Amino acid sequence: MAVKEPLNDVLITGRQSYAAIDDSIGRLVLQPSVHKKPWWTLFLFGLMGTGMLVISIGWLLFQGIGIWGNNQPVAWAFDIVNFVWWIGIGHAGTLISAILLLLKQQWRNSINRFAEAMTIFAVMCAAMYPLLHTGRPWVAIYWLFPYPNILAMWPQFRSPLMWDVFAVSTYFTVSLLFWFMGLIPDFATLRDKAKNKYAKIALAIPALGWRGSNQHWHRYEQANLLLAGLSTPLVLSVHTIVSFDFAVSQVYGWNVTVFPPYFVAGAVFAGFAMVLNLAIPIRAWYNLKHLITMRHIDWMAKIMLATGLIVFYGYLLEVFFAWYGANPFEMKLLMDRFKGPYAWSYWALIFCNGIVPQLMWVPKLRQNLVVVWIVAFVVNVGMWLERFVIIPVSLTNNYLPSSNKMYYPTFWDFGMFFGTIGFFFFMMFLFVRFLPIINMFEVKDLWHRILEGTSKVEPSSEPTKAREEVAA
Amino acid sequence: MSGYGHDDDKPYGLVAEFDSVEDLTHAAEAARKAGFKKMDAYSPFPIHGLSEAIGFRDVKVPFMVFCGGLFGALAGYSLQYYVHVFDYPLNVGGKPLNSIPAMVPITFESTILCSALTAFFGMLATNGLPKPYHPIFNTPRFERASQDRFFLAIEATDPNYDPVRTRQFLLELNPLNVEEVRG
Repeated sequence: MAVKEPLNDVLITGRQSYAAIDDSIGRLVLQPSVHKKPWWTLFLFGLMGTGMLVISIGWLLFQGIGIWGNNQPVAWAFDIVNFVWWIGIGHAGTLISAILLLLKQQWRNSINRFAEAMTIFAVMCAAMYPLLHTGRPWVAIYWLFPYPNILAMWPQFRSPLMWDVFAVSTYFTVSLLFWFMGLIPDFATLRDKAKNKYAKIALAIPALGWRGSNQHWHRYEQANLLLAGLSTPLVLSVHTIVSFDFAVSQVYGWNVTVFPPYFVAGAVFAGFAMVLNLAIPIRAWYNLKHLITMRHIDWMAKIMLATGLIVFYGYLLEVFFAWYGANPFEMKLLMDRFKGPYAWSYWALIFCNGIVPQLMWVPKLRQNLVVVWIVAFVVNVGMWLERFVIIPVSLTNNYLPSSNKMYYPTFWDFGMFFGTIGFFFFMMFLFVRFLPIINMFEVKDLWHRILEGTSKVEPSSEPTKAREEVAA
Repeated sequence: MSGYGHDDDKPYGLVAEFDSVEDLTHAAEAARKAGFKKMDAYSPFPIHGLSEAIGFRDVKVPFMVFCGGLFGALAGYSLQYYVHVFDYPLNVGGKPLNSIPAMVPITFESTILCSALTAFFGMLATNGLPKPYHPIFNTPRFERASQDRFFLAIEATDPNYDPVRTRQFLLELNPLNVEEVRG
């Protein structure tokens, strides 16, 4: 893997044709031999993690949530930290697929599929936690979902926790529909490319008989644009509502008005970091450097930097309002964050999310893939710490000092956390193996625009040359 | 191609194969000007301006999504109103039973959910998908319609359709091939 690659001016580099683009993406699905050691290693790692997750959940359901480190007053700990962390990671996918579509950012075409898949798997990991932290998820059904039951009970719709149920389940459903709809034309392409009879049948089923007719595309584009327009407020609402779980409560350190925007920015920050962490190795392993170019990496790094600055501004405001609000409890919590027993986590957070991302100001470092990857990884760690600082650390301080208590996670807390990480990788690498990881028809559309000269990024002489070759 | 249990002798139409987006758009425009109505273009990716060239306009999906969204908003709000005002009134901190601000988030989410479901299933339904068999798949090399070739089909049900003259017309549009498709 080349560590440093020069910055390019085009979104698709090299001499291309529609068929070459199809081949470079489709071979991941149609030619199992392209999946070598890295794929198997990460897949098996993911499989082991999934095993860990199954064991952790099994033991949890058998024993109850007493196996976790949660206590009174720290009733919310790793379960909610991990929930918020995962759901935040998911947000980059929707941002790329919906908001950048509405803004006509054509560079999104080669990373949206990948990021949307990440969204879906991250939301799956996230959704496990609130269900499982009830201890008995099968009983949770009647106070989470409104259905007429013989107890004559209804959920409390005025509670942010109910808003959360609706927001997350809507988010998952809409992301899945959006993702699957984009996959239909690509399934059709792969169906037509497949040589193996069984592969052809397996791909023809989800292709739903897509013919690529103008009428299909016409309605597809309408629906796609509408879904993008619907997902945009949705993605902003989801993390806003997640932040309401805290901001609407009376726990100091949580009851902060800056939470909604700062949570949304943090979600995008973490999500782009995760996209970079996955995209940098995958583009190298599967020779996709001509589609996910250095220009993409550069822009993603810049978005990570920008949202990181917003998040850091949120940290500063938290400190400012704790002081300006003159609430002695809140001030004590702040001092506790700075100097208390969990001070290490606060300063590690400032280092990870406040200082390290500043490296992305330097253009040379944005072109150094190892640096970008490490920064993105540190940001992911930092975003986890942010939720740790907000959730359990705030709870260790109570209004009644006699009930203050430390929080120590147990083996099973970590077991389930690493279990979901494993599950995420397991799903992600199944996706890499069985589905086209880059949206083939959108990249071909982008290539056509580059040839036509209507792409937003000015074409260099390179594609013009290719155009002459195609014409010849 | 036979074996699908369809009447192979019935002509479906004439299908011209093109090499580029520009040729297809130009051909679609020419066919519209020549008075053809029952036709469709096939391409591997959506082509900007092709619907205008071919004279196709359809607003069913946006209209359905609007209705779906309206239904979602009403259903979401009514559910909460029914539960909190009629079926299970619960006084929380002396706040009104119909506390509108607290009911906004769920109303919003159910609006989005119903609109998105309508957009997805409405798109499939108006396009007649899933549809495993269609006569156009009998076109030679049609598997490239999803990869790198562009097709224009003039269907036999068009009043102006004539096997000989329509073929002549299509051959003038710079196609790679013109084939009669049955099925």
